[in-house]
Amino acid sequence: MAIRIKESGLATSVQDLGRPGYYHLGIPISGAMDRFAMRAANLLIGNDESDAGLEAVFMGPVMEFTEDSFVAVTGAEMQPRVDGEPRETWTSFPIKAGQTLSFDFLKKGARIYIAIKGGIDVPVVLGSRATYALGALGGLDGRSLRPGDELQTWASVVKPVEGATVPADLRRLPGNPAQIRVMPGLYWHRLTEESGSLFFRDIWKVATEADRIGYRFRGGNALQFVERKQPFGAGSDPSNIVDSCYPYGSIQVPSGTEPIVLHRDAVSGGGYFMLGTVISSDMDLIGQLQPNMETRFVAVNMEEAISAREQRNANLNQVRKLLN
Amino acid sequence: MSVRYSFGGDDHIFVEIEEQMSLDAFFKSLSITNSVRESQIGGVTEICPANASYQIKFNPDIIKPRDLLLELKKLEQDAESSKQQLKTRVVDVPVLYNDPWTHETLMRFRERHQDPSGTDLDYAARINGFDSIGSFIEAHAESPWFVTMVGFVAGLPFMYQMVDRDRQIEVPKYLRPRTDTPKLTVGYGGCFSCIYSVRGAGGYQMFGITPMPIYDPDQRISYLREFMVFFHPGDIVKFRPIDRETYDEYLNQVESNAYEPKIKDFDFSLDDFYSDRDQYNRNIGEALNGD
Repeated sequence: MAIRIKESGLATSVQDLGRPGYYHLGIPISGAMDRFAMRAANLLIGNDESDAGLEAVFMGPVMEFTEDSFVAVTGAEMQPRVDGEPRETWTSFPIKAGQTLSFDFLKKGARIYIAIKGGIDVPVVLGSRATYALGALGGLDGRSLRPGDELQTWASVVKPVEGATVPADLRRLPGNPAQIRVMPGLYWHRLTEESGSLFFRDIWKVATEADRIGYRFRGGNALQFVERKQPFGAGSDPSNIVDSCYPYGSIQVPSGTEPIVLHRDAVSGGGYFMLGTVISSDMDLIGQLQPNMETRFVAVNMEEAISAREQRNANLNQVRKLLN
Repeated sequence: MSVRYSFGGDDHIFVEIEEQMSLDAFFKSLSITNSVRESQIGGVTEICPANASYQIKFNPDIIKPRDLLLELKKLEQDAESSKQQLKTRVVDVPVLYNDPWTHETLMRFRERHQDPSGTDLDYAARINGFDSIGSFIEAHAESPWFVTMVGFVAGLPFMYQMVDRDRQIEVPKYLRPRTDTPKLTVGYGGCFSCIYSVRGAGGYQMFGITPMPIYDPDQRISYLREFMVFFHPGDIVKFRPIDRETYDEYLNQVESNAYEPKIKDFDFSLDDFYSDRDQYNRNIGEALNGD
């Protein structure tokens, strides 16, 4: 055994880079909501980027180590402590058998990623160790951690460097208001022109219903739909469609009132129209939004989305180069 | 059919075959997604057929979004000419309609329903013009169903009944979704029936419950040992009303891991089905229950 969970925080789960290939059966990709932070945490201590670590939201766990190890904490700003002594985020540090890792209050962002030398050893299910709690799949018994849980890590011959760090300009958290880039599409044509442009002008606020499945937003204007006779099988509400797949990052607006952005544990389909999709390079940012944060959606086209993605890839490659 | 293509961000292509539900649209979606799978296009990571649409997820670092779009349009043209035949299977799904567990749940969420004075079955029977719950259940169980999509949550089948448009049952979803639905509830929303594979939130009307598990992440149930999800798009389902005694008996079998669903192979032809639906559905029933 390597780690004993003393306190589990609000919802702390084993995650990696996810489980693609089963979305057509309703099993979502799962894995870290902030992929960049997860990869960086692993790189900081010489793990593979795809090794399993922990994702903790809003509140950190308290963990006792039973073996000497190395740790890196990335993502949100939440100061780690080893036996009460402060440590830096985004920076590797050693921890000794018998020592306890704990965290201060959350200062900025929403989710921290805790990488542990060798990676966490839970069974690989459908190609991944990620937890999908709604389907009771993966991770530790398909659920979030509880006090008393014990986690194993893989033995590793890598000797991590103490104090390896990701420079501040390569770290990424949402601004205030957060700006989330969206490609209008899917069922965008269901909205009146005025309503569509209002959606991008309004300031939205993250609702308390924000989790790994999706993030809900409140506070903007209710959407107005182009009138039509509802197609057979769609249902009577103007926001209904014949049940279809939902892209990751797609923005559905049930009854036209509160937008929901689907995330890594997305429901894979359903009967609500979607007005567009958050671009792939901004999905990580959503995982770092706190309830009540002001958010603006910014319309972009494919060229802008691809160039944003290339920028993110370049940043990751820079981190890889620095830490290898 | 006017097929509509849209990008879902920079890493999905969403394709609406038809705005409304039809078996033709479903068959086209299934046929195109099968060709996408066979053509093994580099960079494609998810291929998801749905009721009257489909969706592809891809890695834009590997294939340019517009190149993939062209590939999909080409496959659509090939699908036009292919025969609508399907090697599939028929599955018997026993259902305890009007069961105590969904009844308890629907009473708990009554204020979220269109008609708080009755049950979901009362309401669905009435708005679809049936004179009793009994005749409504008969219509639900009499003709078979196509699994036209698997999703929402892990392993949940959406099913479309194989009857004329004028005999399709249609019901709205709850006004506000429930926060609870018993596992293995047989539900209904729009023109689709479903089976809730896990306990959880839901907005479909609730008609009954099956004792037959359809999702097992632990892969302990005998018929889910090879794969944790039972249903795939294209499966044909026949519901069979059972009484409480039979339900309990099956449940005991499930608990001792002795339950085996009745499944028969079936070669489905859309043209033959269209030429005489009732007779074709009887053939499906005979294929399931014959030797």
